[in-house]
Amino acid sequence: MQVTSSVREPLVTGGKTYKDVTHDVARQVEGKPTIGWLLGLAVSIGVLLLGFIAVAATVWEGIGMWGLNKTVGWAWDITNFVWWVGIGHAGTLISAVLLLFRQKWRTSINRAAEAMTIFAVICAAMFPVLHMGRPWLGAYWALPLPNVFGSLWVNFNSPLLWDVFAISTYFSVSLVFWYIGLIPDFATIRDRATGIRKTIYGALSFGWDGAAKTWMRYESVSLILAGLATPLVLSVHTIVSFDFATSVIPGWHTTIFPPYFVAGAIFSGFAMVLTLMIITRKVFKLEDYITMVHIELMNIVIIITGSIVGIAYITEFFIAWYSGVAAEQYAFINRAFGPYWWAYWSMMTCNVISPQLFWFKKIRTSIVFTFALSLVVNIGMWFERFVIIVTSLHRDFLPSSWAMFYPTWADVGVYLFTFGLFFTLFLLFAKFFPVINMAEVKSVLKSSSEKVNK
Amino acid sequence: MERDTNFILGIYDDEDVLKDAVTKVRDSGVKIHEVYTPYPVHGLEDVLGYRRSRLPIAAFLFGMLGTCLALTMQLLMMAVDWPMIIGGKDHAPIPDFIPVTFELTVLLASFGMVGVFMISSNLKPWGQPRIFDLRSTDDKHVMAIDIANNASIEEAKIKEVLQSSGASEVNNKSFE
Repeated sequence: MQVTSSVREPLVTGGKTYKDVTHDVARQVEGKPTIGWLLGLAVSIGVLLLGFIAVAATVWEGIGMWGLNKTVGWAWDITNFVWWVGIGHAGTLISAVLLLFRQKWRTSINRAAEAMTIFAVICAAMFPVLHMGRPWLGAYWALPLPNVFGSLWVNFNSPLLWDVFAISTYFSVSLVFWYIGLIPDFATIRDRATGIRKTIYGALSFGWDGAAKTWMRYESVSLILAGLATPLVLSVHTIVSFDFATSVIPGWHTTIFPPYFVAGAIFSGFAMVLTLMIITRKVFKLEDYITMVHIELMNIVIIITGSIVGIAYITEFFIAWYSGVAAEQYAFINRAFGPYWWAYWSMMTCNVISPQLFWFKKIRTSIVFTFALSLVVNIGMWFERFVIIVTSLHRDFLPSSWAMFYPTWADVGVYLFTFGLFFTLFLLFAKFFPVINMAEVKSVLKSSSEKVNK
Repeated sequence: MERDTNFILGIYDDEDVLKDAVTKVRDSGVKIHEVYTPYPVHGLEDVLGYRRSRLPIAAFLFGMLGTCLALTMQLLMMAVDWPMIIGGKDHAPIPDFIPVTFELTVLLASFGMVGVFMISSNLKPWGQPRIFDLRSTDDKHVMAIDIANNASIEEAKIKEVLQSSGASEVNNKSFE
């Protein structure tokens, strides 16, 4: 079945047949958990439990547990929120935007990337919910209900409310998109299984039989969902950026925020996809499906989005000067040379300089460099949000209110908790769900050949 | 519902052979019950003569419903039930309603379309599909011919048509 094209490198290597695809992916689900996986799960659950202490303390005592003060009222919580939401964006970009552009290389990474999206959004949602102080009430504070069951309604002029709608729609639509893609693969596992596993995967597969008519509808649904998810993903980070851009704080009040946030989100998301995929392909021996071609293409996306982010940083600085607004100019000078200079220059190094290394083919086709740089990019993107949020707030309008932000153990703990949650969910997904979209990989197995295809 | 129970199956290894075979089998007058494939085969629906899916229309209608509901909700809450001046803005600041309206449009369009897809394709967690051949979710394409629906053609003749169209196997399948 393996075919070679003189123009493009094959997307699946190793001479795989349709049967091999089924076998290679389904064996992870069917086999006994490996030591590495169990170890990973144990560490993740350990981190989750450790972090839970901080979550419990925050809920019990209130958000006074965090390092916030009256000047810096938003810090790690919103930084982590934006960071996790941004990471999620790559999953939708891979599954929806690349589907619209008919990029076949998406097929072997879209499943795991979308899972990453869903788990990242869950982690992100932790922060605004905890920041409400009384999360059990937050469940209805954020909904379009009369406030405290009196006669006032939620405020639809507020970007924070738009965010509630954006994030929850994004989560629901991503979940549905992901699940629709999983149904045929669950059917494949069902048809190989016996006993209790057959019953479970039978229920998960929704009675899928692979009829041509159902596939036709499936393709139609996928295309429309991709068409809907593309503007959706752009709207989500646009609205996240509105949380800042619609305020009057110098350093936040800029019109460049929506495109700049979207580019940054895709940038950090692809870095996280690379981090996860490089480990997954190694542990699950999927090197024939997630090949150097995939890694290189993702690195190219990182160069492009990283450069957009770099240009945005410089543009912001230029506009601050060009605007002639003293407060705006001060905010940017303070960012680069004030007490948080180290955060600013960490961001600049990690996000602007390091991805430029991918211009060298040797570096972007090296697993070690790619893995290291993917971590660097995510560190840089965390600093970006920290810089935007904390440096803009800590120099208040009155110099008597100027302050610094110092995280407490609870800030660190809640962040750790989300890491534990993310990796626990991802490991469970990787073991019990097919990590590669078998049906879609099979559909591109043949088409990279010009000999067989008419 | 009375369901037919006796089928002849043509098993195919290759998607292009399958597409040619569908045309050949239909030209010979044999009615195809359905073709089961492990992955979406592009162009198969055309040779089978299926009408284009109307799911995009469903998505559009649900999306319009979402737009209308979102705008109505926001106007009723902000402008009718308890009008307030917020930041000196109008009671009905339509530009401010765009984000939520957009999100609800996408939400209803997606969920509505997926719901219609589930119902029209009979997909449900307790669904018990009729699997003609277990390999049809792995690596084989299975063409099912309903014997009762092709009563005018002899069974041996149907098998011959399948065989000559490139099937790697021709089997009988009966359900309880």
